[in-house]
Amino acid sequence: MSRKNRSSNRTSRLRGLTPWAALLPMAFTVLLGYLGAVLWTLRVSLSSSRTFPKDDFVGLAQFERLFGNERWLLSLENLAVYGLLFIGACMVIGFLLAVFIDQKVRGEGLLRTIFLYPYAMSFVATGLVWQWVLNPTDGIQQAVRQMGFENFTFDWIIDQDMVIYTVVIASVWQASGLVMALLLAGLRGIDEDIWKAARIDGIKPWRVYLSIVLPMLGASFATVFVLLFTAAVKVFDAVAAMTQGGPGTASDVPAKFIMDHLFGRANVALASAGAIVLLLTVLALVAPFFYARSRKAAKGKGA
Amino acid sequence: MSHSAVMMKTQAERRAQARGRFNPARWGIYAFLLTAALFFLAPLYIMLVTSFKTMEEIRLGQLFALPMNATLEPWRAAWSEVCTGVSCEGISAGFWNSVAIVVPSTILPVLIGALNGYALSFWRPRGAHVLFGILMLGAFIPVQVMIYPLVKVMAAVGLYSSLPGIVAVHLIFSMPVMTLLFRNYYSAIPPELFKAARIDGGGFWRIFVQLMLPMSTPIIVVAAIMQVTGVWNDYILGLVFAGREHLPMTVQLNNVINTTTGERLYNVNMAATILTSMVPLLVYFVSGRWFVRGIAAGAVKG
Repeated sequence: MSRKNRSSNRTSRLRGLTPWAALLPMAFTVLLGYLGAVLWTLRVSLSSSRTFPKDDFVGLAQFERLFGNERWLLSLENLAVYGLLFIGACMVIGFLLAVFIDQKVRGEGLLRTIFLYPYAMSFVATGLVWQWVLNPTDGIQQAVRQMGFENFTFDWIIDQDMVIYTVVIASVWQASGLVMALLLAGLRGIDEDIWKAARIDGIKPWRVYLSIVLPMLGASFATVFVLLFTAAVKVFDAVAAMTQGGPGTASDVPAKFIMDHLFGRANVALASAGAIVLLLTVLALVAPFFYARSRKAAKGKGA
Repeated sequence: MSHSAVMMKTQAERRAQARGRFNPARWGIYAFLLTAALFFLAPLYIMLVTSFKTMEEIRLGQLFALPMNATLEPWRAAWSEVCTGVSCEGISAGFWNSVAIVVPSTILPVLIGALNGYALSFWRPRGAHVLFGILMLGAFIPVQVMIYPLVKVMAAVGLYSSLPGIVAVHLIFSMPVMTLLFRNYYSAIPPELFKAARIDGGGFWRIFVQLMLPMSTPIIVVAAIMQVTGVWNDYILGLVFAGREHLPMTVQLNNVINTTTGERLYNVNMAATILTSMVPLLVYFVSGRWFVRGIAAGAVKG
């Protein structure tokens, strides 16, 4: 199309300035905001800045210090546990909810509203509610003990080894409705004829879901995965509200480590190194996804 | 043709009826959905009953019990008395701060997103698609990567810890999804419409304001819903960029609950949490379908 218009290029060149002028805020955001900020952080991570920026160059020393830092390693481990469980549980629960809701049940609208409302709440509010529900003195543990089970114990939120799982519970509560909504949209987009064909062949519905529908939802699952993965890497609000990284530093996550070192501990270079590691983690997972999608788009256009 | 269509319909209806009959599998489905619904509703229920209880009652440890002597006192305290770290004027100050942040942080990003989408879909200036590609990748950059440089830049131009500063930061972070929403919406509009407007002598701004914007009501609603809930629920950006005078409600809520010393007033805390969640929840319950559409439009094509 652009080739055809080449003859009228000279007249449109002047007019072509207006769209660019309109896109100035976007250009500004992309070049200075995103690219500029990433390069700046990268530069800081290679310096020895503490409270004030320094222009020296210390190579990868900050990264070495970072990976020799117990708290950082713990936060990475927590992120891995949290990420795996959060993404896995959200997908399984979201898929089950979507499939069960898709069985032409009564009150579908009401159920969908119930499953998705936590997603409208902030991570801060989510964290605070669950902090209250899970606190051992007046929360669920006490309530169950009052019912007669006097030895019932559920004090994960004050247990260093278990606390990260409470953050998982709260986050799954908040986000699995989103997975349900997206997968349900995917399910509704699948051709009804599959069900007729499967019935004629006498295939059980659950087999159809596992062997036919699940693979057909691949694109929806990929989207959901990318959404959940980026959310997991960014997790900060929920931890800050629910446990403040505690007890001790037991539920620390990289995003919180970085914020603490940027502001509380005034170790800007170390924080920046952590931020770069976080960025590389995201890019390593998102880039292939983007690549596959653009390849697909290019193919689609060619055909 | 129409006859067979009618047949198909009645057949489908019959099947639906058959499925509706009671059998163990149906019971299983409803049991699962009901259990799930209870799990999702429990925190909301606990929040509500706790917020109407007195502290004496809360100390009894009956988390699920209805309040014996329901009181509105915790709500009053949460709204106008509780200490938020800076002062003891309740969470209401945070409410108004959030309103002051949300209004411009919705109008500006939606307008800029519409403008970007329009320019990218119809005018396609050379090289713009590269910028757009980077912008889309930008959506995945963790906030922590950008915070330090942004603080420095904001401080240098005198916008750090100010209302315009936090609005600018929201504009930057929301631009990918806002642009994507409008670009996808506009690329579904037949290009002939745009060409006809060009032949009639419409310029860049005239076509945007008089033709495209009036056609964009549905996507503007979707984008505005996303922005209002997103900005209202933001914590980290408000914490870093808004400054003491403009701390949004989420930050003040967290201060109330996590930095107070002495006995924790759980009833007041829960009332404050509900008050803070009220706006996005109202938006969700009222807009329903549109809210979901926003998630789908922003995510599926992302």
